[in-house]
Amino acid sequence: MSVKLARADRRAAWLFMAPMIAAMLVVAVWPLARTFYFSFTDAYLDDPTNFSLVGIDNFLEVLDDHTWWIATRNTLVFASISVAIETVLGLAIALLINQAIPGRGLVRAAILVPWAIPVVVATKIWEWMLNDQFGVLNQMLIALGLVDHGIAWTASGTLIMGVVIFIDVWMTTPFMVLLILAGLQMIPGEIMEAAEVDGIPAWKRFWSITLPLLKPAIGVAVLFRVLDALRMFDLAYVLAASSEQVMTVSIYARNRLISFQELGIGSAASTWVFLLVAFIAILIIGVLRLDRAAGEAA
Amino acid sequence: MTDIPLTLPTRRRRSSASYRLERRLKKGALMVAVGLVLVYTLFPYYWAIVSSTKQGAALYRDTFLPALDFTYYRALFENTVFLGSLVNSAFVATSTTALSLILGISAAYALGRIDFPQRRGVLLAILMISIFPQVVVLSGMFELINWLGLYNRPSALVVTYLLATVPFTTWILTTFIREFPRELEEAAIIDGCSHFRILTKILLPLMGPSLASTGILAFILAWNEFLFALTFILTDENRTVPVAIGLMGGNSRYEYPFAQIMAASVTVTLPLIILVLIFQRRIVAGLTAGAVKG
Repeated sequence: MSVKLARADRRAAWLFMAPMIAAMLVVAVWPLARTFYFSFTDAYLDDPTNFSLVGIDNFLEVLDDHTWWIATRNTLVFASISVAIETVLGLAIALLINQAIPGRGLVRAAILVPWAIPVVVATKIWEWMLNDQFGVLNQMLIALGLVDHGIAWTASGTLIMGVVIFIDVWMTTPFMVLLILAGLQMIPGEIMEAAEVDGIPAWKRFWSITLPLLKPAIGVAVLFRVLDALRMFDLAYVLAASSEQVMTVSIYARNRLISFQELGIGSAASTWVFLLVAFIAILIIGVLRLDRAAGEAA
Repeated sequence: MTDIPLTLPTRRRRSSASYRLERRLKKGALMVAVGLVLVYTLFPYYWAIVSSTKQGAALYRDTFLPALDFTYYRALFENTVFLGSLVNSAFVATSTTALSLILGISAAYALGRIDFPQRRGVLLAILMISIFPQVVVLSGMFELINWLGLYNRPSALVVTYLLATVPFTTWILTTFIREFPRELEEAAIIDGCSHFRILTKILLPLMGPSLASTGILAFILAWNEFLFALTFILTDENRTVPVAIGLMGGNSRYEYPFAQIMAASVTVTLPLIILVLIFQRRIVAGLTAGAVKG
């Protein structure tokens, strides 16, 4: 009887999941498989039915392209620096909001605003604020006597990566704050009270109680943010189109695929992006696991 | 108890005075810090509003108050192409959200309530789909869209956005369903109620708030998407708003229409911001349910 019931349950489970699985097969598994397949062909986008298999030539051609390596470097620089800043800033703001301050709910709502704004819109707003002649930031700097004339933030090669990182930090720190805040609220208050009564200084309470207990929350937040930052497309595309200074691997792959119509090579570039992201994901998950194991051993 | 030193009361009084001062200083510093955070997060959007209501030369003067000149808003709402893109965005985001919630709730019921051996595997696959970069499926998706005959149609975006929103809604709704106590359905299970009835008659009526927060997150995701909207839509009248704004530019390098862009930006974002402020608590619940408990 129970075996029969279990079997009925299992059948029901697959029935309930069938629509979702069907949708995923169509929009995720099939396109992914086709991209992998196309990466071994010399197909062009204008006539995708006419092609022949070329082995791993496309993969080698991408690796041979100087621009690909610039894009890879940009992506890694962008992801590591922006996520590092977001983590520190997110932690600081989360600790601040966690304090007993008036209007805490309101502050938390205000923090969500940058997160809700589309990337394109946020980019345009900052582009305007950073405009070399009329931007409000340059005008403030001039009024304060810090510079003589406006800085061309988005025109200069060295500054523009900083601008991209800055805008990303502004947009996604709220996400970090919320996740870390959720982690903070799971820490039982008694621990902190006991430590305070024992006269343990605030910085030490933070370092040896709060931070270790927050580690899982921060770890998950960092993982999500890194994977998100590695696929960044819209921010750099809107700010600088195809300029090499901030070109990411996603922009590179799309350029080859759509702008140059190279279906085969574009697919190979996409596959490299996939492998890069998968590799870093495994790396981070591995590090998180190691931490957890170390925590249990201690 | 009686041999407490006599000096203690005075010392305590002094220390409580300095303690109070310290507290006041601390509170002041706290308020300053909170103020700085608020300026940092809110000023850019405020500045977009201010800039969008300024005309001509006034735009370039840094007065911090809005000029309340709505010329650009009027122009925006007389611009049929922009209005069209608003309609496209609304259509795409709403349809995507509705479809994702239907697919998500059904799958989430199985994943949250029925025990079957492959459950962990399915959840892992869903998580993997939601983290891989969108550009990876671009070639295959291009073929799919052509094959479905949807190229350059907003409905193409509804199909492609399912890639991002369905794993997301399934994941969050699964965590929400698991939070409901199982006792709710016990009587129904004993009575031999079917799973479909349990989902539709017992769980679904209780899931309004969870569906709302998940739906808003999916809606924002779909409303803000850029890469697919840029790639699969060819003509201006079929575009969604993020792409329309992203491609806005002046006639010349020297005449960059920042005030118009700011007006468009404010228009596009205002509904989202109002939604977020109203449902703030639910959205936070959704975000943290999706990320932390996974």
